[in-house]
Amino acid sequence: MDFLNAIVALANYVLIPATAYGAQLALGALGVTLIYGILRFSNFAHGDTMAFGTMVTILFTWWFQSMGLHFGPLPTALLALPFGIAVTAVLLLGTDRLVFRFYRKKKSDPVILTIVSLGVMFIYNGLVRFVIGVGDQQFLDGERFVISARGFKDATGLDEALALKTTQVLTVVVAVLVVGALFWFLNRTRTGKSMRAFSDNEDLALLSGINPDKVVAVTWIIVAGLVTVAGVLYGLDKSFKPFTYFQLLLPIFAAAIVGGLGNPLGAIAGGFVIAFSEVTITYAWKKVVTYILPDSLAPDGLVQLLTTDYKFAVSFVILIIVLLFRPTGIFKGQSA
Amino acid sequence: MKTSMRTPLLFVAVAALFILEGSTNWWIFSGSWTAALGILNMALLSAIMALGVNMQWGYAGLFNTGIMGFAALGGLATVLVGTQPTAGAFPWELGADGLPQGGWRILMGLAFGALTIAAAIFAQRRLPKGRMRGLSTLAIIVVGFFVYRWIFDGGVELVEKINPATSGNIGGLGLPIIVSWPVGGLFAAAAAWVIGKTALGLRSDYLAIATLGIAEIIIAVLKNEDWLARGVKNIIGLPRPVAYEVNLQADPAFVERAANWGLDPATASTIWVKLSYSVLFAAVLIVVMVGAQLALNSPWGRMMRAIRDNETAAEAMGKNVTRRHLHIFIIGSAVCGIAGAMATTMDGVLNPGAYQPLRYTFLIWVMVIVGGSGNNWGAVLGGFLIWWLWNAVEPLGIWLSNILTVGLPDGNWFKTSMQDAAAHFRLFTMGIILLVVLRFSPRGLIPEK
Amino acid sequence: MTEPYLIGDAMTGGYGKGPDILHGCTIAVNPGEIAVIVGPNGAGKSTAMKAIFGMLNVRSGSVRLAGQDITHMSPQDRVIHGMGFVPQVRNIFPSMTVEENLEMGAFIRKDEIKSTMEQVYHLFPILKDKRRQAAGELSGGQRQQVAVGRALMTKPKVLMLDEPTAGVSPIVMDELFDRIIEVSRTGIPILMVEQNAKQALEIADRGYVLVQGRNGHTGTGKELLADPDVRRSFLGG
Repeated sequence: MDFLNAIVALANYVLIPATAYGAQLALGALGVTLIYGILRFSNFAHGDTMAFGTMVTILFTWWFQSMGLHFGPLPTALLALPFGIAVTAVLLLGTDRLVFRFYRKKKSDPVILTIVSLGVMFIYNGLVRFVIGVGDQQFLDGERFVISARGFKDATGLDEALALKTTQVLTVVVAVLVVGALFWFLNRTRTGKSMRAFSDNEDLALLSGINPDKVVAVTWIIVAGLVTVAGVLYGLDKSFKPFTYFQLLLPIFAAAIVGGLGNPLGAIAGGFVIAFSEVTITYAWKKVVTYILPDSLAPDGLVQLLTTDYKFAVSFVILIIVLLFRPTGIFKGQSA
Repeated sequence: MKTSMRTPLLFVAVAALFILEGSTNWWIFSGSWTAALGILNMALLSAIMALGVNMQWGYAGLFNTGIMGFAALGGLATVLVGTQPTAGAFPWELGADGLPQGGWRILMGLAFGALTIAAAIFAQRRLPKGRMRGLSTLAIIVVGFFVYRWIFDGGVELVEKINPATSGNIGGLGLPIIVSWPVGGLFAAAAAWVIGKTALGLRSDYLAIATLGIAEIIIAVLKNEDWLARGVKNIIGLPRPVAYEVNLQADPAFVERAANWGLDPATASTIWVKLSYSVLFAAVLIVVMVGAQLALNSPWGRMMRAIRDNETAAEAMGKNVTRRHLHIFIIGSAVCGIAGAMATTMDGVLNPGAYQPLRYTFLIWVMVIVGGSGNNWGAVLGGFLIWWLWNAVEPLGIWLSNILTVGLPDGNWFKTSMQDAAAHFRLFTMGIILLVVLRFSPRGLIPEK
Repeated sequence: MTEPYLIGDAMTGGYGKGPDILHGCTIAVNPGEIAVIVGPNGAGKSTAMKAIFGMLNVRSGSVRLAGQDITHMSPQDRVIHGMGFVPQVRNIFPSMTVEENLEMGAFIRKDEIKSTMEQVYHLFPILKDKRRQAAGELSGGQRQQVAVGRALMTKPKVLMLDEPTAGVSPIVMDELFDRIIEVSRTGIPILMVEQNAKQALEIADRGYVLVQGRNGHTGTGKELLADPDVRRSFLGG
């Protein structure tokens, strides 16, 4: 029985949250890695793009809610998501046209593009504060739990409860669908293949008659989709606060680099590596350990390796280790 | 315009902005000398940080996005150097387990942690490649970590129990607070050495990500390690290197002199204190500036720029590029650390929650780019101009929203939202300025020669 | 003499605004022929080919394909007009499979590409075996076959190869030359730059020896191999 309790506690506090968080990071990291692969720079505005897409989705959600439009047991935000993606895509394409394109045509050094993305980051950040403010926003509605803590206890008779939030299931389902669609697109369609070709060898892609402007535009649209979905899922699962989204930049970049920049499969793996390390290292294992060990050996401390305040340190340390031992990432990325 | 005239004219123009700020409340200016001096002091500090970043970026092309962290380490130095020692934090008796207690035990724990990492690196380097190497490194790290936590946590427990309402930290050395400025530089230099060792020599944006990360971690440490500088409970009332207003106001000679100037004692004392800081900061800025200029024009500076412009060629000539980059990364970060210590000294408070990357890292970048990367005068000018602008954007936003909403009644939704929004103009404006300069004048206001 | 199918006629030019590298250089090739450009290092061999392909400024002279003046056409448009080009380096998409590489080669074509792909597989049987493998994982010689195959996918009217045997072993080189001869037998004119002058001239119908951006010697491969001047100056006796 104690063993079962331990497993349930582990699932409840570590496995489920880390899986959901990993899926969110993976979607974010996919965006970073696509931009890196096609446009060849590290986009520092990524976190704020995420905040922007989420904000637009929240505004649509509120509007729908005010009209009495709901999505049954699912969050209304899902209905608003396509609109959020569309507006974000327009913003990104506009930014590309006004800002990034100039440097691309000039073939500027990637680091210049990264600095340019700092300017874009400021503007997006200002834009989000301007519209929705800096505070926490809740936009979750619909059914809270797929499995509620009480329901689980009653059904199983265990001491430990397992709660499965709708947002957690949703995160994983949506992430799987999105990633599936992305990989189908990249591997099976002509446009997707041309994007991979462009990422592999730009000069040869041009020689083969691939239109770079189209590739870039499609990339931004896909990024708008990934980033908005990632941001909305994160916001539903936790809450929306612009500064938190800016801070997500670090774990997202860590995930993309750990997986190998420019490699989509790596971005997904990286997202989960970072999420699971973060959660396991900052989780207080006391409960699980107490169930497993005999009473005489029960720990009196929290058995927590690091407090949750240091979760960024975890992604950072993993990043450093990968940079030291395998700068191209777990899956081979584009550059060292 | 001749280039030789351009630099002095730009500086005169920026000086005029500060004079207008103090002397007139026309348009967006405040008309308060106290406010103007307050802006000037932060501008001086920003200029010093911009010089540090300019060394890294302008001389060597290194992309450091961890300025906030280095500045915060400087802030930490003020506490560890300037505050009075905490009674009982470093007890001379051994504990029940035979180990030293309190602060000693914390230091021992930290030393053990460093030793563990060193041992792991040693194992990684010296043992033959293979599974044994990986396993022994892992074992060293895991065992080391738990021993470290055992030593360290015991020390922390005792220190944090000492008078938690006012202290609960290891306290400082009780030295004059100015001593903390170079110490802040050393702290930043040490952190820069660690980051540089790992992330230099890789792609330039990896350094950016690594520094961004270390800055967040430094802030997290400051927020959570209460034994160090009381965490989010903040350290207040740091000692000052300059006079206190109350003392000045109690000094009859000062009050009389103030009266001669036609100032009331309260205003005069505030201005006096701020001016004292301005003089101190200006002195440091001049020292750093002279050093930076000498370095830039020395053979070493020329070599640095040669490396920046063509790394491959420099490598082919036998220059160890990564090593040179490490040097300059450390020096530039140390300058940021010094400025950070100075900023905390002026505030008199160490508040880890106040460190925001947009303000402490990315704004400095705007200063360097707008001023002119690679040119020290440009970095200084950028520091002054952008910091003034950062403060002016809000009144400018209010002014603009007043114009846009002229004739609208109070409480009109557009008017209200425009007034609310004025506060958020800052980031937006900085972004626009950065992009416009990068696009139309990428070499900045005072380009590199 | 009738106009050759592809001719770079008295080309003078260089990269961007830089100094001229070519000085009145003429290169031509006809269907069923293999034309080879050889010459010492720095003679402008690759530059001459890039000039024909539109990758540098031709300040005087012209490039004509099937009688049409294409001097000012972009490389991409030249591909559409039937020129296939295999760069010397970075000439494949390494993370994509062999088959995808071929598909990308045919990106501009709107018609059915299956039959062309079969022809390429027929020509390079090893590629058919490795069609699902990432091109970057193949050996040097196989990668060159992918590169040539990719260029053939546009059904080019002329194929240009920039040092196809650079960095491959002598055995692989011989095999590659055999394949190139086979391609040429299908009627496609082939123009290539070669470092391995002797072997290349042996299979050449036309040879161009460039010296400092100028036509040094011109003739059939056999003539050039027999020319004592050519032998002495750079075939090593």
